[in-house]
Amino acid sequence: MNTEAIKAIYTAEMRRTRNTLLQSIASPVLSTCLYFIVFGSAIGSRIESVGGVSYGAFIVPGLMMLSLLTQSISNASFGIFFPKFTGTVYEVLSAPVSFFEVIVGYVGAATTKSLIIGVIILITASFFVDLRIEHPFWMLAFLLMTCVAFSLFGFIIGLWADNFEKLQLVPLLIITPLVFLGGTFYSIDMLPPLWQKISLFNPLLYLISGFRWSFYEVADVNVVLSLTMTAGFLLACLLVVWYMFKTGYKLKQ
Amino acid sequence: MSETKPAHNRAPIVKIRGLTKTYGNGHSALKDVNLDIHEGEILAVLGPNGAGKTTLISIICGLVNATGGSVTVGGYDHVKQYRQSRELIGLVPQELALGAFELVENTVALSRGLFGKPRNPEFVNSLLDKLSLVDKADSPVNRLSGGMKRRVLIAKALSHEPRVLFLDEPTAGVDVELRKDMWAVIDELRADGVTIILTTHYIEEAEAIADRVGVINDGEILVIDDKQALMDKLGKKQLVIELRESIASIPAPLEHYSLQLNSAGDALTFTYDVRAERTGITQLLNAVQSAGLGLKDLSTSQSSLEDIFVNLVAADS
Repeated sequence: MNTEAIKAIYTAEMRRTRNTLLQSIASPVLSTCLYFIVFGSAIGSRIESVGGVSYGAFIVPGLMMLSLLTQSISNASFGIFFPKFTGTVYEVLSAPVSFFEVIVGYVGAATTKSLIIGVIILITASFFVDLRIEHPFWMLAFLLMTCVAFSLFGFIIGLWADNFEKLQLVPLLIITPLVFLGGTFYSIDMLPPLWQKISLFNPLLYLISGFRWSFYEVADVNVVLSLTMTAGFLLACLLVVWYMFKTGYKLKQ
Repeated sequence: MSETKPAHNRAPIVKIRGLTKTYGNGHSALKDVNLDIHEGEILAVLGPNGAGKTTLISIICGLVNATGGSVTVGGYDHVKQYRQSRELIGLVPQELALGAFELVENTVALSRGLFGKPRNPEFVNSLLDKLSLVDKADSPVNRLSGGMKRRVLIAKALSHEPRVLFLDEPTAGVDVELRKDMWAVIDELRADGVTIILTTHYIEEAEAIADRVGVINDGEILVIDDKQALMDKLGKKQLVIELRESIASIPAPLEHYSLQLNSAGDALTFTYDVRAERTGITQLLNAVQSAGLGLKDLSTSQSSLEDIFVNLVAADS
């Protein structure tokens, strides 16, 4: 195990985060605060509670997920896309490192950054709404798994993308709609029956539902199912990355 | 230290056997390449653009997958024992690939870490010092000039104390002064015992710094030998006979000497093999005299590596 390499990649990636602190951390936190003000306080005060939870508090887990997903993806995808773009990836490819060490370094750093953002959002939210966390352990478990899984997913996008447009494509056109339609701002009970059924095909619904359950014990789907889906997605991403490295997909000719 | 020792007496540190590479588009970049690189030597791989130089280096370093054949570095297979083999290698790529905002010392430290060596700021500092980069240690890499960037890439490649250094066209697009500068750096590295393989399409570069020269064209190594031996073996010498009076054509008695008459008609060029038993110069000069031609001057010149190279590549294609 080349632990020095993991340390080196992780340190370099975290340094990049520090150097772009405003953009990396301040901006997602600010946008989430805006959501809280608009949907939580202003509009939320006129919406009745959902499953016994005030609307402002109800959307906290969903908003956290929204930020975590987009941030994890963009951190990790950029982290590997940029070296590919500038050509510096030659160094990682010629170094005595395994795919796993590269992943731990890059995805570890992206996950760390997402976790920091998640915690800041949680603290910020506590100023706006009455928060309670029924299952802190499961909350952390969901948080961590989500960050890792979507950082891996971002890493895949970063490996796959060969231009900046493709890099933005998946997050903007697939992830953002799925998060919004996955119950960030509502419980699927509020939807007409047909749309409830369709929503069940949205993988992010399971994630958001499980995460919300760890806060308020309010869920759209069974929490075990949520957990299984999240873990399954994480494993699937890991397999894809492993395969990409093994075959040298878009990295080696 | 820079005294050339007979390279074949030393054990090969890199062994390449039957290496082939066919790209996805069907282009065959390497065709059965066999090559031994000896410890401590400077080997120049000379070839025109697209000859397969970069592909060869990229396969050894792990950037490109070979189609067939084997490579060992320090006795370790470059695929099965990639950790051991890669630890011995440093690579300076052709492109000036550096991040944008990273500081010089950080990017060198990153390279060291990637190759599994624990942090060592003193060593990194001494390396920067050797490459005259020490006052740039805390500059972002994107603020450096091209020559400085190349030095940073060398520092990165040397950061884990490799035994073999690959330099892919280290002086491509670099002005004459910087090129001489780079040669001095390479010479110093050799003095430290680093084996150096450099690719180049500048003949004068190979001539100036290499111990051995390999000529590669169209994916095949046409010839590889000690630089001097190569020049001796393939070197042709030319004798230029300047005439006192111009002539319109080569006189009949001289026709079988395969002489060339210049356009002004006042100089004859005789090409001969230095290594031949009889060069035929005496006979020729006698013949010139009996043909009644007056001599103004005689001069000889030995063909350079460049001529050898051009001839080889031309004969190959």
